Amino acid sequence: MRVSRVVVDVVLKAEISDPQGQAVLGALGRLGHDGVRSVRQGKHFVLEVDGTPDEAELKQIAETLLANPVIEDVELHLPTD
Amino acid sequence: MRIGVLTFPGSLDDVDAARAVRLAGGEPVALWHADHDLKDVDAVILPGGFSYGDYLRAGAIAARAPLMQDVVARANDGMPVLGICNGFQVLCEAGLLPGALTRNSHLHFRNRDQVLVVERADTAWTSEYSEGQRIVIPVKNGEGRYVGSDADLDRLEGEGRVVFRYADGNPNGSSRDIAGVTSENGRVVGLMPHPEHAVEDLTGPSTDGLGFFTSVLKAVVAA
Repeated sequence: MRVSRVVVDVVLKAEISDPQGQAVLGALGRLGHDGVRSVRQGKHFVLEVDGTPDEAELKQIAETLLANPVIEDVELHLPTD
Repeated sequence: MRIGVLTFPGSLDDVDAARAVRLAGGEPVALWHADHDLKDVDAVILPGGFSYGDYLRAGAIAARAPLMQDVVARANDGMPVLGICNGFQVLCEAGLLPGALTRNSHLHFRNRDQVLVVERADTAWTSEYSEGQRIVIPVKNGEGRYVGSDADLDRLEGEGRVVFRYADGNPNGSSRDIAGVTSENGRVVGLMPHPEHAVEDLTGPSTDGLGFFTSVLKAVVAA
């Protein structure tokens, strides 16, 4: 059976502070990378699904389990081919 | 009075929670996350720990456990539920309480005796306290920073649903020093600090935590 690769990216909403991203930014500054203005750390999920992805089902998976909509934004990337 | 203590893979403080129930005069009942059996309990405690190793988000996978469906259904009918630390994270993830718990603002695990101010003394779990009372119980977490949108926090405050606030220092950067919140009906309470670790002079900084477990016995009788 054909297998499709679906990618889900999750990041904290802009209004929720991200201390991990700030720590990474601090490290970059100490390494001399002064041009990086901000870092937001998130999660990247790769799902392999049987057949053609069901967009509604994947949207539900992304929004109800992979991300917490109270604090996180989610982006679903379906295969384009 | 049967008080269930729900154990998930990775729960740590279920034994202490059961002990606190017993010291308060209740009968602790061990519950297992994978069962669909609440064993006729009158209330449920979700204990602290690191369910599922905090994978995905703290409490996220435990919130989808089979027995949680039964807990949510009974809670919506008024059964008292207390979530402590990881249990609070589970309650937020399960949608029984608003907001979310995120990584401490200073990124360190924080473990200390913590002063709390009681803001609501009329919930199922806090009737033994008085409004404005200061209590000291341990706090120990790495992801205890309570957050929500400003609009949601304003609404929570307007509805009087903040039960505890941190005093003499905020251990994790929680918005508005919020340490614990309650459901609209005051039956579900979640907080990051650990009342079950403050029930005996020998092992705790105080016995201030015992009131949670004596409060719920009264709440169950009154219901």
